[in-house]
Amino acid sequence: MNEDLEKKEVPAASEEEQYSLNDDRRVKVLSPGAMVAKRFFRNRIAVVGLCILAFMFIFSFIGGIISPYKENQQFYRIDIQNKEYAGAVKNTEFRYAAAPDQKFDSIIQAQVVLATTKKQDTVTYRDVTYGVIEEGKDFYRVTLADTDTTIGLAYKDIVTPSVEGTNFSFDFIFNALKAYTNDGTSFTADGKNYVIDEDGGVFSSDGDELAFISRYVIQTIVPGQFLSRAFQEELAAELEAGADSFVFTDVDGVESEYIIDYKPDVKNWKIRRATETRVYDTYGQPSREHPLGTDRNGMDMLTRLMYGGRVSLIIGFIVELIATFLGIIMGGLAGYFGKWVDNLIMRIVDIFYCIPSMPVIIIIGAAMDAMNMDPKLRMVYLMLILGFLGWPGMARLIRGQILSLREQEFMTATEAGGISVSRRIFKHLVPNVIPQIIVSVTMGIGGTIITEASLSFLGLGVKYPFASWGNIINDVNNTFVLQHYWFIWIPAGALLLLTVLAWNLVGDGLRDAFDPKMKR
Amino acid sequence: MRKYIIKRLFLSVIIFFFVMLIIYTLMRCLPTSYIENVARSKAQQPGSKSYEEWMAQLTAMYNMDKGILGGYFYWLRDFFRGNFGDSWYYTIPVIDEFNKTVWLSFWMGLITMFFELIIAIPLGIIAATKQYTKTDYTISVLALAFISLPTFFFIALLKLVFCVKLGWFDLFGLVGRNYMQLDAAHQFLDKCHHLVLPIVTLIVISIGGLMRYTRTNMLEVLNADYIRTARAKGLDEHKVIYKHAFRNTLIPLVTIVGGSLPGLFSGALFTETMFSIPGIGYASYHAMVGGDIPFSMFYLAFLAILTLLGNLIADILYAVVDPRVRIA
Repeated sequence: MNEDLEKKEVPAASEEEQYSLNDDRRVKVLSPGAMVAKRFFRNRIAVVGLCILAFMFIFSFIGGIISPYKENQQFYRIDIQNKEYAGAVKNTEFRYAAAPDQKFDSIIQAQVVLATTKKQDTVTYRDVTYGVIEEGKDFYRVTLADTDTTIGLAYKDIVTPSVEGTNFSFDFIFNALKAYTNDGTSFTADGKNYVIDEDGGVFSSDGDELAFISRYVIQTIVPGQFLSRAFQEELAAELEAGADSFVFTDVDGVESEYIIDYKPDVKNWKIRRATETRVYDTYGQPSREHPLGTDRNGMDMLTRLMYGGRVSLIIGFIVELIATFLGIIMGGLAGYFGKWVDNLIMRIVDIFYCIPSMPVIIIIGAAMDAMNMDPKLRMVYLMLILGFLGWPGMARLIRGQILSLREQEFMTATEAGGISVSRRIFKHLVPNVIPQIIVSVTMGIGGTIITEASLSFLGLGVKYPFASWGNIINDVNNTFVLQHYWFIWIPAGALLLLTVLAWNLVGDGLRDAFDPKMKR
Repeated sequence: MRKYIIKRLFLSVIIFFFVMLIIYTLMRCLPTSYIENVARSKAQQPGSKSYEEWMAQLTAMYNMDKGILGGYFYWLRDFFRGNFGDSWYYTIPVIDEFNKTVWLSFWMGLITMFFELIIAIPLGIIAATKQYTKTDYTISVLALAFISLPTFFFIALLKLVFCVKLGWFDLFGLVGRNYMQLDAAHQFLDKCHHLVLPIVTLIVISIGGLMRYTRTNMLEVLNADYIRTARAKGLDEHKVIYKHAFRNTLIPLVTIVGGSLPGLFSGALFTETMFSIPGIGYASYHAMVGGDIPFSMFYLAFLAILTLLGNLIADILYAVVDPRVRIA
């Protein structure tokens, strides 16, 4: 009948034409569909829901296309990491050097230390008297007292060669230390002249850098790395000044910051160098490139949200499609045929109703975890399982509707009119159930999205590398993320809440709009 | 009536049989190789039997050698004899772990239900009596928002506001750090303090549904003829609503509330897990994820019984409360 009415409406009423009083065209007739639409759009809350849904669809499906990034594209950032660079120890013990062809054994060395603490200038050991002559600050020359032959040196400042592997002669060391400990600026050794600068650098008369004298022993921690004299000098000066960190430009002109840590237990310093390293941009703060920051894997959050929305919406749709399809067939059969068919199907529905679906899905999810199932296949299974567990509600609804419709007069009329069974079902019964189906599907999609998100949140639904709003929020299980990275979980949660709310609002609006008893 | 109840009970038993058959089949098809793991670890103990012997013994113990249907009947027999087996995950008898956890869930559920009723029903009635006003819209949208609220997101928000920003509650757990040093009264208070947020969560997520249900039913009642009669004979509006309409709204409400009573024992899986509250939901979640088949089977059977019981109570209550319903 609706179609007939609509057809009559088509020849538009022109002003001049005169209609008779009982002409249908005098009354503006709306088709039931238009009536529903009119009632629906009058419901402001439902329209808000519709707008939110439209936004979500654009956001997820078109947003993913225009977003400059891909779903799984990872970003890097240059991070300054402090890596261990060198170690330094302040030398507090005497070190010894024996003169060529002389015996300067450890017992005599120990005696010399005793003598220096007692400020004695001779030591007697096994009837031999040794002379301990203070040549400079913390620098002693040990001699045989009888002959005044130098047998060795005891010193605390260390002569480090500038070029690795160089060995200095005893005479060089003696003279260099003597000059250094007495704040001298030059010395002569082995017949050559040398210069010492204030930092303890030793140069030949030609200006070549030879050695470096310092109280600090500085060693490299990185294998194969040689610390330049300039660095050592700088470090020694900074250590002397008690600095925590300093900036040094190395030979290649690279300026980096060095951090000095003193470890009191082993009395040494650790020097860490701030090195630039390329790392995943994990939990990057929102910026111009990434309006919602980046996630744990350094992926753009906004893009993940778009793709996540796609997954959530598609899963919601497909699950409801499966459930509705099964529900219509089973409910339709039960309602139309009644008797034992109805009884059987309704008992099956009872059984499915009674299965605790959430625990069952959790168990299956855990089993799929154990099997290391492919994430894509897993998503398909998830949809099938959710759909298969969801049909009983739909079947019950449709069966109830069809049972009551079957008894109404218009069905008797179709029977009396001799219309075939299939036509009776699909032309007269099913269209009358469609409103209930639409409302139920609309609200069902919202529920399914929540179920899927909950499972993904538990890590049992959609898995990495696929995004889903649920598994994006999953990061909040990490308390640090909960406290500090709002942009990881609040947008995803808000989108999820809004989408489900929108589906429910639209469903509610549709229910009211379909209800002819509605006052407005 | 008695005949009806007996018939329903009989039907429930049959449904239970098939539900558990489906679940048992599912469990048997899962590729969890827990038995092999146990057998391997037992075989490695000094002076132990060989792996094959352990395997044979364990398979026989769990009726894994009898086929799905045969194994199912053995499981049913054990279940009805009250022999629920030992939990693999908790390594104590299933029933002990159940007793340890279920009461906490029950009390949480009971408190939640109390608040749910005293908040949701009045709001639903107010919304219905003031249909199409701002109050009605606010309440309806709020109810829908609560229904749409993903539990885990809401919990995360609560934790951020009340635990992190305000610092009023602990993030996890049922007891505080210094629980052991407290006396009995303070221990109880400490537990209550830790249960505030979980219960608030449960109330908020359950309130929406009841609110909408109350509103729909109240609207239906308000459109009934006897309400028009009551108004026509000049009763004041207050009396019409609270004496005539409200009492009739109670019929479906009592039914649905009665039907949800067994559900108090089923635990709150998400809330308990996210707050680490050792209730039945938390225990069962870890058992299910950990592949603990005896405990999972018991828990699923328990849930199935609760559902059936709930339906039965609802149907009986419906007949008891509504004098128009007479069941032959």
